[in-house]
Amino acid sequence: MAGLELRGIRKDYGATAVLKGIDLSIADGEFVVFVGPSGCGKSTLLRVIAGLETVTAGDIHIDGTEVTRLAASDRGLAMVFQSYALYPHMTVHQNMSFALENMGIAKAEISARVDRAARMLRLTDYLQRKPAALSGGQRQRVAIGRAIVRDPKIFLFDEPLSNLDAELRVATRKELAALHAEIGGTMIYVTHDQVEAMTLADRIVVLNGGRIEQIGTPLDLYNRPANLFVAGFIGSPRMNLLPTELVKGEAAGTAATLGIRPEHVEPCQEAEADLTVRIELVEQLGGETFLYTTGPNDVPLTIRCDGQSRLARGDVLPVRFSRDHLHRFDAAGLACRPEPLLARSPS
Amino acid sequence: MTGKLRTGKLSRLLLARRGGASWHWTDVASYAYLALGVLLMFGPVAWLALSSFKTPAALLEFPPSLLPMAQSEVSVQGYPQPLPLFRVTMEDGSVRELAQVRRVGIVAQMVDPKEPGQTIRVPADRRTPVRHMALAVENYTDPLTQFDFLRFLRNSLVVTVVATIITLVINSMAAYALSIYEFRGKSLAMLGVIGTLMIPITIILAPVYLVVTKLGFVDSLWAVILPGAATPTGVFLLRQYMLTIPRDLIEAARMDKASEWRIYARIVMPLSMPALAVLAIFSVMWRWNEFLWPLAVLTKTEVHTLPIALNAFQGELQTQWHYLLAMTVVTLLPVALVFAFLQRFITSGIANTGMK
Repeated sequence: MAGLELRGIRKDYGATAVLKGIDLSIADGEFVVFVGPSGCGKSTLLRVIAGLETVTAGDIHIDGTEVTRLAASDRGLAMVFQSYALYPHMTVHQNMSFALENMGIAKAEISARVDRAARMLRLTDYLQRKPAALSGGQRQRVAIGRAIVRDPKIFLFDEPLSNLDAELRVATRKELAALHAEIGGTMIYVTHDQVEAMTLADRIVVLNGGRIEQIGTPLDLYNRPANLFVAGFIGSPRMNLLPTELVKGEAAGTAATLGIRPEHVEPCQEAEADLTVRIELVEQLGGETFLYTTGPNDVPLTIRCDGQSRLARGDVLPVRFSRDHLHRFDAAGLACRPEPLLARSPS
Repeated sequence: MTGKLRTGKLSRLLLARRGGASWHWTDVASYAYLALGVLLMFGPVAWLALSSFKTPAALLEFPPSLLPMAQSEVSVQGYPQPLPLFRVTMEDGSVRELAQVRRVGIVAQMVDPKEPGQTIRVPADRRTPVRHMALAVENYTDPLTQFDFLRFLRNSLVVTVVATIITLVINSMAAYALSIYEFRGKSLAMLGVIGTLMIPITIILAPVYLVVTKLGFVDSLWAVILPGAATPTGVFLLRQYMLTIPRDLIEAARMDKASEWRIYARIVMPLSMPALAVLAIFSVMWRWNEFLWPLAVLTKTEVHTLPIALNAFQGELQTQWHYLLAMTVVTLLPVALVFAFLQRFITSGIANTGMK
């Protein structure tokens, strides 16, 4: 177990810059999730940390020791691949013990560690099977087991749940959270799924276009997005973003864009309405209802209501924004607040 | 139970149709085409095997017979040599089996083995020889005893086995480097390897001979084993296969602290089994049948390999076809056995079954 420090990491492929200067420090035992749209560089960043990619500039420190030039095999990290990458010709037991054999650990110790990990992951009955004879969820657990037995300094997960079906993904997500609570290792987890990010992370790192947009706890990011990108990326359905001049009494000040989450928009009397919208689509989920509407100038606005709704397509609805939950962004897309969480140079 | 199962599988294999219960014309066409293929490919081999049991006389017979046949002979009282037996159609239309004493022009003097005293004159075109199947096993036994077959077999085995092992090791290492690593000049190296495919052995025969002589390998089996150990075909074949092994597996092994040698031996080699099996079969066939190069460098009889030794049956003036055919059959057997053993590895690879 160890902390990690990245300083000014840049990675270019020829003329294409994939990582444009990443500074990040991760504490020992922390569960950090890298999240961002595809192509944002999150997987590359993970591979750079793993040592599978070299850096163009910058340096990497694990536990205070510089490892920038060390080969992947010498960094003492374990990685769970998106494809699982189980060795197809080896049994589950051999898959899990391969790394330990490479480390020169005694046979008895290897067996003990594999058995312990297998019990933890409910794989004891499958130790003699080959990967082809396992289900997707079991393969996933073997891949995690292969990392656990190593007792690595840092666990790296590259979108480990993306190949599972929805139900299994939720179950495995819970298991991962339980696992982190149990073994307490430093974990870095890459995903494009914000639900995984929100539920698993101690801290989330939002990446976009090779840069860090914001770092913070899940609720920090949700409640205080530093810029328009984070505001739009975190939360589902997305935060509503409106031009300031559409909302009465908000035109003054520096804010160019207003953000309001769907649950903070509520139907009201005509007199106290901030906006009048027309309903385009109603999604009834039973416990909650999503109203997809358009306001003046065809600005889209999503509303989340508790419970069920009798509204229908075509209805006209006056709505009010909860003033405490209004996010204000300036013309450069940065949040307007006295103390910006993360200064981003306008590009 | 298993026997029943096996017959079931076999009949399913032989009676498979394109679907539905009835025979479609395409089924018939497919089977006809397959039968033609079997005849074209297996026919010469069957012809060789059957002919290897024929006596020299039967080999030269015209029209040739498919099965090894010999004329029946019978000993008749009063004649020192056994006489050939014929079936004769008599003038009254009856058919008798008679032994031939001699033939003068178009008339044959025959004798009935049951009445040795009386000779019968028969027109030569009224008789047909009585034949039975006879296996000329001496085609096999003579060379095995007179000709030092076992020594040549041993030489061939040593060359084939050692050369195949060296070929597999060297070629797979080259293929590993050319498929797993990224380095400057990689494609150039690959082009160079493939380029050597265009150089026929006849062109490099003399220079390689000089090198082998300088190394003092002439008349030792190493002279045959070493020069052909690194084959461009093998490197190319293995490299193309190794390119299909998912990169994630190699990277997973690196994360698992495996050294490059461990990755090569424990991950890449087992997953390349199908390609290695193909190359092993090729290598065995090349080495087992190699003729020109061993002929050039192996001058002493005791180091001859089988193909060179078989050449001894083929003289300038006459060829001992019966021995040549029999020994060719013996030579074919090991390759057939190797193929039967290795072909089970040439199934589809498993490299992708640990993914997703």
